[in-house]
Amino acid sequence: MERAFFEQLAMPLFDQLYNHACWLTGDRADAEDLVQETYAKALKGFGSFAEGTNLRAWMFRILRNAFLNSRSGLKQKTSYLEDEETGLDEAVAHEVTPEALLLATESQEAVFRALEKLPVAHREIILLCDVDEMSYREIAQVLDVPAGTVMSRLARARRNLRAALGAREAVR
Amino acid sequence: MTACGQDRNALAAYLDGELAGEQERKLAEHLRSCPECAAEVAAQVRLRRAMKPAAMRFAPSAEFRRKVQGQIAPKRSAGLRWLWPAAVAALAMMVLAVVWTRQSAARNEAFQEVADLHVADMASANPYDVVSSDRHTVKPWFQGKIPFAFNLPEFAGSEFTLLGGKLVYLHQQATAQLVVGTGKHKISVMIVQDDAKFGTALPFAGGVSVRDSFNVETWEKNGLRFYVIGDAEQGAIHRLAQALQGANG
Ligand SMILES: [Zn+2]
Repeated sequence: MERAFFEQLAMPLFDQLYNHACWLTGDRADAEDLVQETYAKALKGFGSFAEGTNLRAWMFRILRNAFLNSRSGLKQKTSYLEDEETGLDEAVAHEVTPEALLLATESQEAVFRALEKLPVAHREIILLCDVDEMSYREIAQVLDVPAGTVMSRLARARRNLRAALGAREAVR
Repeated sequence: MTACGQDRNALAAYLDGELAGEQERKLAEHLRSCPECAAEVAAQVRLRRAMKPAAMRFAPSAEFRRKVQGQIAPKRSAGLRWLWPAAVAALAMMVLAVVWTRQSAARNEAFQEVADLHVADMASANPYDVVSSDRHTVKPWFQGKIPFAFNLPEFAGSEFTLLGGKLVYLHQQATAQLVVGTGKHKISVMIVQDDAKFGTALPFAGGVSVRDSFNVETWEKNGLRFYVIGDAEQGAIHRLAQALQGANG
């Protein structure tokens, strides 16, 4: 009974979780491993999952922890630790004018490439916010950080992305 | 900080729908009078829009989905029995995808102008010609400005809030644009006379589609063409479309 209920609630998240896993790992085989592990762990823990809380945030959090413990995640872990320190100088990012930013977003490929090159912690939070359209509260649940950290990390991530897009525009 | 002293993070939080009511109102007010911030917001909106296709960049294979589903599905359904319906469903999905892709290619052109109008409005420093949540204020404002009349449903008590209206031009024809809010999303409703000239200029019969990050619904009724477009979920677009169809039946 519980399995059927879990299947009904969790399978609609399948595409989203897989897409997110691909963006995190940059590799489809690694992403499949992560998603499979996520569903196995979530099914196991489903008994302790309180109905009415956010299943999506819960499953993204399981996926994230699986990623951090995976081979590809461990390689990138340093970028998490560095996140608080390596925030770009605000002035640099904002030399990128709105006009330059508009121009840069005209190429879908350029946006994707800039996103791919971000440190994983920044790519992750931008995806959760702009692509999966999570609220700051949901993101805080996924990342297991206070809401204030979500805001500051998101701001750094967006500055970083903006600088990357602006730099591309400049060399073109 | 921007030159006018506005906190850039507040602009981002505004676009994320994370500002409290009072702050949100103040910022919206400021955007109307500050071209610099309006340009900044427009660029940020575009960046977010350009990010949306990242949601569908990687799709799992049907085989992988079956594998995981098989692992979590109730035991009794294991075995060959569930394979058959899954295969049929996958095939149906492929057929649907092909049909949808073909149709959407033909429609993209037609959507572009409507989508552009919607985006231009969302990014505009002066989004509305008439600002009111009262349909009895907004509807009469269009009288004499457009060569047709339309009705608006009662939004009070619904999930939607009327934000305002604007006179725009679609293929050189006067068009009533209404902006309706729901949650953190804004939806544009565009109403224009659906004459023969317009019909050929916008070769689009009707239905529901996704254009970039937007959901769109359009139909023709009594010589009027309606577009409902926005980044709200498809269900919300559809419910708004139904309310409008009810009011203009
Ligand atoms: Zn300003």
